Amino acid sequence: MSVVRMTSPHTTGPLSVTWVMGMVLLALVPGWVVLAVSFGWGYVINMALAMGTAVLAEGLILKWRARPVGFFLKDLSALVTAALLALALPPLAPWWLTVLGTLIAIIFAKQLFGGLGHNPFNPAMVAYALLLVSLPLYMTTRWANPDMTLGLFDTLSVIFIGTVPIDGATGATPLDVYKLDIARLTASEVLQKPVFGTFVAEGWDIANLAFLGGGAFLLWKRIITWHIPVSFLVGLGGMALLFSWDADVRVPLSLHLLGGATMLGAFFIATDPVSAATSNKGKLVYGFGIGVLIYLIRTWGNYPDAVAFAVLLMNFAAPLIDHYTRPRVYGHEKPVKGYKNE
Amino acid sequence: MSEPEVTPEATTDTRPKGQAGELTRNGLWDNNAALVQLLGLCPLLAVTGTVVNALGLGIATMVVLVGSNTAVSMIRNYVPDSVRLPAFVMIIASFVTCAELLMQAFTYELYQVLGIFIPLIVTNCTILGRADGFARKNPVLPSMLDGFMMSLGFLAVLLVLGAIRELIGQGTLFTNMQLIFGPVAENWRIEVFKDYPDFLFAVLPPGAFVGLGFLIALKNRIDSGLEARAERLKDKPVAGSKRVRVTGNIS
Repeated sequence: MSVVRMTSPHTTGPLSVTWVMGMVLLALVPGWVVLAVSFGWGYVINMALAMGTAVLAEGLILKWRARPVGFFLKDLSALVTAALLALALPPLAPWWLTVLGTLIAIIFAKQLFGGLGHNPFNPAMVAYALLLVSLPLYMTTRWANPDMTLGLFDTLSVIFIGTVPIDGATGATPLDVYKLDIARLTASEVLQKPVFGTFVAEGWDIANLAFLGGGAFLLWKRIITWHIPVSFLVGLGGMALLFSWDADVRVPLSLHLLGGATMLGAFFIATDPVSAATSNKGKLVYGFGIGVLIYLIRTWGNYPDAVAFAVLLMNFAAPLIDHYTRPRVYGHEKPVKGYKNE
Repeated sequence: MSEPEVTPEATTDTRPKGQAGELTRNGLWDNNAALVQLLGLCPLLAVTGTVVNALGLGIATMVVLVGSNTAVSMIRNYVPDSVRLPAFVMIIASFVTCAELLMQAFTYELYQVLGIFIPLIVTNCTILGRADGFARKNPVLPSMLDGFMMSLGFLAVLLVLGAIRELIGQGTLFTNMQLIFGPVAENWRIEVFKDYPDFLFAVLPPGAFVGLGFLIALKNRIDSGLEARAERLKDKPVAGSKRVRVTGNIS
């Protein structure tokens, strides 16, 4: 009889970085497909551009930093960053905007801080926020209109040659439209606009549901825990119930949940294990904070969507949250919390 | 027959000799106020949006630093240690007021553009640092030179940063140079990129942080390159033991 000599921990399963990142990419596919079908080729081209740039930039800078290039490229983390950014950017943005954003994400926000695992902020969101602050014109007016999607060649010429897209093919997002128009119209009048479609927000609602499905897949595969998405949605939904109960005054709950980047943010962006809080209690605080901040910025801020800013702000707070939500260590009666007891 | 002479350690140090050379080298490179001491960051980050702003503030700082170093050096033997800091601050504040009035008189528009950052020169730590660290202990001429070189190094960094930020932020160089040089400079403006969409990040203060970080990295890279070269050029000690003749006649 052979005695199996193994020491703890007795974990099972191939939980490598490559596997986790691959699963995240897989879970992003349905939402991406829905976006591409509703809004046209822009999302496909952006995805290819961002991924190509990300791989090149990551390889180049790994070489400069004298790190093994193949090993770090194989972990697919650069592709996940690129995918998140490509899904967040407007589909008809010029090509250099996507390339610039990806370079910022990979070089500045990730590699200059020391590569995967050392970045205090979510790289894709750093790039998105930087682009939104720097080039607001391109970032707010180049969203595609689902009723008038451009063909492949028209999209290519808008993105690469810089042809001005035909009238009506581009516009603002539903969140933006609602926020601007509700100041002078009633809710039923605003919702007449074609950008809202038949359900909540044409194209966006199904994409959000698809991202919700992808998130459920990640939960089922135990790649993420429920804490951040649930507290995120509770924070956002709670604020919307408290302050947006009158749809004639502010953006209603349905549009908050299904109108912008909410589901993508809740399941894919906020759950980034590197830049989020780590303990379970900490994750609850972290997600709740993001949800509340999104509502605050969307409602009283200058920008139409707020996932990037809210995530970055809570990234700042994550180390502090971790300090105050440490779990009890085995053998101690009480958990050590905060800085006083050190 | 003669034994080979023991060569003195080869001097790879190419630094200029003498105090003046040392002061120059310190101010411009080795001990640069912005890149090494990281002093005076507030104006450095706030007003380097364009070349003309950087130049204006750099020259104002230069006037104040040279003046205050000279004055502090002149009174160095008459001010007791216990009250030296208030005395220095008063001297510096007087010079800043002079610079401010001068700018108000001769470059009024630039004075309005730079705004609060001209009076704030008084809080630039480089100036108090040089007064307390150098001028207090040295005669007038070296102090004057030290002030000039330190502010020249600071000015150079301001200019480079201003040029980078103006180029990336607006796609131009030398916009509005007439604010300093008068009507002659009206068409000095160079439009490097046509139809450039303004990249606000470079114009806003965060762009200055990133730009300064890159400048510091570049300086460190050059320094380590120079060090590696000096190491290469140094004489290598010969491996193995040398035989020394101890018997017989030594000619």
